[in-house]
Amino acid sequence: MKANKIPIGPFHPLLEEAEYFELTVDGETVVDIDMEIGWMHRGHEYISEMKTFTQSIYLVERICGICSTSHPIACVHAIEDIDNIEIPVRARYIRTLVGELERIHSHLLWLGLAGHFIGYDTLWMWAWKYREPVLEMFEIISGNRNHYGMMRVGGVAQDLDSAKVVELYKHLDMIEKKMVMISKAAKDDPVLKSRLKGVGVLSHEDAIAYCTVGPTSRASGVPGDVRLDEPTDAYDLVDFNRIVLQNGDVYDKLVVRVLETFESIKIVRQCLDKLTTVTGPVLNNVKEISPGEGIGRYEAPRGEVFHYIRSDGTNRPIRHKVRAPSYVNIPSFKASCKGIPIADALITLASVDPCYCCTERSLKIIDKNHDPCSFDLLKASREKTERIRREINAD
Amino acid sequence: MGWYNKRLAKSLWVFHISGSPCNNCDIEILDLLTPRYDVERLGIKLVGSIRHADVLLVTGIFNQKIAPKIKKIYEQAPKPIFVVAVGTCVSSGCCFKESYNRVEKREEVIPIDMYIPGCPPKPESMIEAVVKLVGVLNG
Repeated sequence: MKANKIPIGPFHPLLEEAEYFELTVDGETVVDIDMEIGWMHRGHEYISEMKTFTQSIYLVERICGICSTSHPIACVHAIEDIDNIEIPVRARYIRTLVGELERIHSHLLWLGLAGHFIGYDTLWMWAWKYREPVLEMFEIISGNRNHYGMMRVGGVAQDLDSAKVVELYKHLDMIEKKMVMISKAAKDDPVLKSRLKGVGVLSHEDAIAYCTVGPTSRASGVPGDVRLDEPTDAYDLVDFNRIVLQNGDVYDKLVVRVLETFESIKIVRQCLDKLTTVTGPVLNNVKEISPGEGIGRYEAPRGEVFHYIRSDGTNRPIRHKVRAPSYVNIPSFKASCKGIPIADALITLASVDPCYCCTERSLKIIDKNHDPCSFDLLKASREKTERIRREINAD
Repeated sequence: MGWYNKRLAKSLWVFHISGSPCNNCDIEILDLLTPRYDVERLGIKLVGSIRHADVLLVTGIFNQKIAPKIKKIYEQAPKPIFVVAVGTCVSSGCCFKESYNRVEKREEVIPIDMYIPGCPPKPESMIEAVVKLVGVLNG
């Protein structure tokens, strides 16, 4: 039988970003999925090499509008890793505060979109309504609703005075109250439960095989969380739990995100408590970056984001490599979409919270006349070892 | 087309395409529909097909791959259609000015009627832009 192909995108009313999927279907069942990316490629890594270190923090902020503080945090970690720069304790708390607030707003955003995708617009409106106070908190902290510009090498750009902290407490109490309501509505709703339970299952083995990260893997029982595994900033100074569920379906991914939001609220409250007592500067003045290379990791709302920066002693990076969480989460569609009805395909695609702006970092040019796989790295590496061994033996 | 525009201004239907932005403008556009700003009270509705739209919102720097698709979408639209560029990316390129993948002249891809500056623009400024557009349409 000839397989039917259903194209989705690049401009689809339900996809806010441009991306292209091709579902191969047999009747109602999805047999295979193919995707094409590159619609959002802007060449960050190339541009970053022309900017100074401080400018590239602003640049990586604009990799993605939703993780717009996760990338800067990973970037400053990478730069600080080159020289082992210490940052003040107060700055550590502010970094964690901003990072966790971002997690709350990103998870609420996903919750709303998930509701929208399955035709439950009430959830969308609710989740986005109560996302607004989080953006207001950002406005109090940094002056911006999005793209906060808070991170600096050696600390943060702005301090929080006590008047602001009082305001933040009020907003946080309100958000927590509303989150309890939303989580009850989302977790205990019979329609949502029957719609999402057992849909788009990503098994534990597949989650490991596809190297998934973040809530996608934690819903499949893989307990990776950079915040706890390799604590940076204030994560070793605050108390919170790792959320891991076992089933790997869309419902579990929803529950992981809702529960993580509560953990984030807990962290934000602890940070605010500490900010009232801990005093001191928020920025260590860093004059120059010595030659060397550094890596930075941070648990973005979607998973681990990784930055690599190489410096040659000038004021700009000579290589800046970005690896975003969606880059590994998106291929897991190959496992989770197979065999499901086509009506469930969209919510399964949305369940990993894919961010195409983050993903499209590099451009691969394939010459049609040239077999791109003919060069075997492993083989070349082993041959070189063999050659060196022979040379040493000859001596 | 004065009489037509006046009728159009009563209820603008909007279609939104993202031409390689950082995603933030798109989210702020969606934010306009949610209870805090709720532009549906002004008769503005986000529609699922370009063939129903009166206003086209574009964001991003238009990379080489997406530019022909944007052009195609614009050609499919029923005329008159008003193109509103949301965000600094479309007007000046923002921090992606040096990108090798950027289309230099976005006006050659599609004609743009209105620019909303900001990275990303606040929802209030987007609403103001729409109100200004309605004013222009009413003559």
